[in-house]
Amino acid sequence: MPSLNYVAPATVQEAVRLLAGASGLAKVLSGGTDLLVQLRSGRTRPELIVDTKKIPGIIGIREENGGFVIGAATPGMALFEHPTLKQTWPGVVEAANLIGSKQVQGRASLAGNLCNASPAADSVPAMIAAGATCLIAGSDGTRQAKVEDIVTGPGRTSLARDEFIVEFRLPKREPRSGDAYLRFIPRTEMDIAVVGCGVCVTLDANGVCTAARVVLGAVAPTPVLVPEAAAALVGHKLDDATLEMLDAAARRACNPIDDKRGTIDYRTKVAGVLARRTAAIAFNRASGGKSAGGH
Amino acid sequence: MSKIHVTTTINGEPAEFLCEPHQTLLDVLRNELNLTGSKEGCASGDCGACSVIVDGRLMCSCLMLAVESTGHEVTTIEGVAKGDELHPVQRQFLQHAALQCGFCTPGLIVAAKALLDRNTNPTETEARYWLAGNLCRCTGYDKVIRAVLDAAAEMRGETVA
Ligand SMILES: Cc1cc2nc3c(=O)[nH]c(=O)nc-3n(C[C@H](O)[C@H](O)[C@H](O)COP(=O)(O)OP(=O)(O)OC[C@H]3O[C@@H](n4cnc5c(N)ncnc54)[C@H](O)[C@@H]3O)c2cc1C
Ligand code: FES
Ligand code: FES
Repeated sequence: MPSLNYVAPATVQEAVRLLAGASGLAKVLSGGTDLLVQLRSGRTRPELIVDTKKIPGIIGIREENGGFVIGAATPGMALFEHPTLKQTWPGVVEAANLIGSKQVQGRASLAGNLCNASPAADSVPAMIAAGATCLIAGSDGTRQAKVEDIVTGPGRTSLARDEFIVEFRLPKREPRSGDAYLRFIPRTEMDIAVVGCGVCVTLDANGVCTAARVVLGAVAPTPVLVPEAAAALVGHKLDDATLEMLDAAARRACNPIDDKRGTIDYRTKVAGVLARRTAAIAFNRASGGKSAGGH
Repeated sequence: MSKIHVTTTINGEPAEFLCEPHQTLLDVLRNELNLTGSKEGCASGDCGACSVIVDGRLMCSCLMLAVESTGHEVTTIEGVAKGDELHPVQRQFLQHAALQCGFCTPGLIVAAKALLDRNTNPTETEARYWLAGNLCRCTGYDKVIRAVLDAAAEMRGETVA
């Protein structure tokens, strides 16, 4: 890499200008836990690295109108340490804290996890289930996008070359709602999801689901929002028949790869099972329980 | 491409160095600053042998560009002891013989220190999960965990057998 340049702009505008002005490949740097590995292996050969971490607010969490604004480069561990985020959006926080080791969590950000665009990225299904949006800066100013509209394929996003994510917004959580994320891996720590599942549900006073979002990771080229799985929940309590419908809808949404972590059949089956388990935690949380999720 | 001049703090002392943009902090620590306690096991974030603490957060120095340390406070294994006085984690590693070849040891000690800096009363499970990013091919981890839990007890002021 003889001609690599590094810059750490102090403003969003300057970062955009640098990205727009680069003649070759420019890469945005947040925590670097994906980018540095790819630099070293030669999988990416940028001419410019734009480190965002000197931009004020890019690391940090603030509450706004009952929701949360999370700076794009905020490390996963800071999400975990935040006093109220975990109570409000436990699924999102648990998903972010499944990423790698404590060392990796000290650095790994939501923006990097999303924009690295791995189908198995852990925080992404949880963010989509929670209805998260992101603020994107570019030469033409800023725009808001839904998290589910960012990843377009393995390693590919819908961001233009002069664009980067500045922050994420988690909405105010509806009353009687709850979220959860579970992943399945062959061991208990430090592995990549065979399947990940994020669920967010809202219940009425009788425990009947009135709104749901179900998202699967690692079973298709991108994380997938599965409206059919959500439809299986809406109008129902979490009884056996509902779980069976959810399981079937989750399996139908799968278009996975065959690899050392799991065959197509295996991943498909696990997706159904994981959807059931994740939904159970989300329902429990929505009705005021404190189920543990995460692994 | 000219080298970048970096000003940072390492183990409480101001430090300056020149580096290439692509050089990792681990590379600079070992090869420019002669701080060879941090080890390179994998260079991909998997083994934890390169663990350092930056502004109170544990991280892999192989996953950080050296230039990213600008203006931050880095603690390496060389900064864990206070002069001749070993840190409780170091003392207990010796006490328990929690090492064999020793390659993983600096990383484990730095990681354990980062845990005990925030919580001097971890459960065994918490300690094991915290250290899951530090691979050891020799000890089987059990003595490591005993050493960390005894160091925690020592830091809480309890007498350790
Ligand atoms: C040992 C190890 C274990 C891991 N385990 C897991 C795991 O269990 N689950 C998991 O999901 N991931 C895992 N990862 C992958 C990685 O840690 C995560 O994807 C992490 O969230 C990446 O965030 P980052 O801030 O480090 O990204 P970076 O490396 O800084 O960036 C990643 C990509 O996103 C782009 N990018 C960064 N910030 C922005 C932005 N603001 N706007 C636009 N693009 C941006 C970069 O250009 C780059 O292409 C692991 C990595 C390692 C090294
Ligand atoms: S050398 Fe950094 S984690 Fe292995
Ligand atoms: S003592 Fe040899 S790797 Fe841990």
